[in-house]
Amino acid sequence: MYKLAKTTIISLGTALLTFGLVGNAPAKVEGDTIVLGAAVSLTGKYTTAGNHTQRGYDLAVQRVNSMGGVKVGGKSYRLKVIYYDDESTPARGAQLAERLIKQDGVKFMLGPYSSGLTKAMAPVTEKHKVPMVEGNGASRSLFNKGYRYLFAVLSTSEQYLQEAINLAAEQAIKMGKSPSSVKVAVAVENDPFSLDIRAGVLDDAKRHGMKVVVDDKLPRELSDMSSTLTKVKALKPDVLVVSGHSKGASLAVRQTTQMRVKTPIMAMTHCESAKVTSAEKFGMRAEGILCASQWAPTMTYRDNWFGSSGDYAKTFESAYGYVPPYQAAESTASVLVWVDALQRAGSFDTEKVRDALSATNMQTFYGNIKFDETGKNIAKPMVLRQIQGGKYKVVAPTKWASDPLVYPRP
Amino acid sequence: MDNLLLLVDAPVFSLQLLIDGLLAGAIFALAAYGMALVWGVMNIINITQGEFVILGGFVTLYLSYLGVHPLWGVPVSALALFIVGWGVYRLVIFRIVDRDLFISILATFGISILLQQLMNQIFGADIQNADPNLGTLFLFNDDVAIANIKFVALAITIVVGALLILFLRKSRIGQAIRATAQSARAARLMGIDTDRVYATTYALNAALCGATGSLVVMTWVIHPFIGLIYTVRSFMIVVVAGLGNLAGVVVAGLGLGAVENFAGFLLGTEFQAAFVFSLLVIILVWRNYRLGKKRQYLR
Repeated sequence: MYKLAKTTIISLGTALLTFGLVGNAPAKVEGDTIVLGAAVSLTGKYTTAGNHTQRGYDLAVQRVNSMGGVKVGGKSYRLKVIYYDDESTPARGAQLAERLIKQDGVKFMLGPYSSGLTKAMAPVTEKHKVPMVEGNGASRSLFNKGYRYLFAVLSTSEQYLQEAINLAAEQAIKMGKSPSSVKVAVAVENDPFSLDIRAGVLDDAKRHGMKVVVDDKLPRELSDMSSTLTKVKALKPDVLVVSGHSKGASLAVRQTTQMRVKTPIMAMTHCESAKVTSAEKFGMRAEGILCASQWAPTMTYRDNWFGSSGDYAKTFESAYGYVPPYQAAESTASVLVWVDALQRAGSFDTEKVRDALSATNMQTFYGNIKFDETGKNIAKPMVLRQIQGGKYKVVAPTKWASDPLVYPRP
Repeated sequence: MDNLLLLVDAPVFSLQLLIDGLLAGAIFALAAYGMALVWGVMNIINITQGEFVILGGFVTLYLSYLGVHPLWGVPVSALALFIVGWGVYRLVIFRIVDRDLFISILATFGISILLQQLMNQIFGADIQNADPNLGTLFLFNDDVAIANIKFVALAITIVVGALLILFLRKSRIGQAIRATAQSARAARLMGIDTDRVYATTYALNAALCGATGSLVVMTWVIHPFIGLIYTVRSFMIVVVAGLGNLAGVVVAGLGLGAVENFAGFLLGTEFQAAFVFSLLVIILVWRNYRLGKKRQYLR
């Protein structure tokens, strides 16, 4: 019997090796190591963001391990993450979730990068009742399916640019005008994430009684925004909202200056990934643009692992050589949420851990985290950073503002 | 409807849309020359078109990193892509020249996927652009604003088009290309090395795409996965213009650019592509109808 088992293991191991997977057959907890599983995009179109995600996880794991690990039931455990490359394709992500759970025996999952991948993996983790804590899937549609095992530390996508509308309303009042006199132009890509953003913006515009004068949906294979921008120029709105991943952000920065499109407030997503502050790529063209951010290093949150937000940024920069984008910060925060929940649960029983996750109420360097019954974080606001002198300065909401808003943008 | 009224109230914006669209169309036309050539001479619909464009863009981008002005990228990208095109022909395309259209579409589609992933591995998935810093032309109190690079693009398209016509008419290899297009078998009988002709044609196409890519990276943005639109647009332009009609390619390219821009303005960008493709269907139906009539006369 023993011999048979041994042969099976050897042949299995060989099979795994043949397929290029160095199988070390870990379970949820091996000895003194807690194993987390993650599929991240290391190739394909999300490579850049996928790398931020992985580095965020790695940094958290290193820090937690070097500070004594996770204490569960009076014993200290080290953390370890098994990674697979999801090739930026949802179908692959779903397969890998299945493999992590069934073959590698992972009971604690970390999220992939992007809403699309998370959407593909969540049904799998849900089916196997394996909790997943994610920091990079913001689409609203993740949180209306009644998932019990999905927890997201980030703010959902409809909140990304709502604050820009509120800022416009504030500015109108300041100038003695009614917020309803504000005209809004929206140009978003035709994908679930950007359409969520649009929905949030339209909701808030409606609440203030503002008029939406341009409402264009940009095609996915976007290469030229000039017809939309001509419309913006003709209708002179007070706010221009653009969301189209880094492609949309680069095009908008480039073409608004090329065509001298001047709106007092211009707000976008993905400024960081499009590198709009890079002098050699864009000069000073992005000056005054408002960028949606989940998190900024200047914020005053803190925790016991990393200290303040600024300390985290320094640690990350010394490890990887660049200022952490929020994608990395929220990935790190996801690991911290696992640590907190495991310690409170005092057990590795997935149901107990799930309930502990659901009862999370903590502050991390990334922000406050408290989940509602759908699993989304309701304790952390989005921030808007304005590009001033080529640097990102937090200008909204007022509580976290480090600098006043420059209005209208230069 | 509101948008139409806007154009009536402020006609100057239609001027913006028209000029901008025509000039964008000029860039598409340049890639379409190549597609018309390969399609006409080799009977291959080259799906790799868009990836050649993007690759040309990356060549220019890296040249600009070396401190060279990106405009030099136009000839350099063309040359680099000529070599790439030649290599692709020697590796794959020569095997599919005489096969049916379906095989060639599959093969070039495969190459396009391979190129996308290679570019992704080598250059990364980031959005890139190379700024030529040529400024913008502002007219009518800033209401019309056209980036100067687009005028340069138009000039390049026209000059390259003229050179291409001259090349095909006057040079030995150009004449050989035309002979092969008329009848490869007869050309072979006359002692023309058709394999060489095909290689030159395919490499020339890649070179044209390279030059296009160089203009694209200076005008808009590129990343490894955005090539398809240039393939689709080249295809459309060639279908509308007909094979072996370079002047027609220019006209169709400019027209397509302008129509696309107006459709985007009037209907919203989400319907821009849909409108243009509907137009393609109408043109094809109409052409088929006219051909049908002609056939009746012949009977």
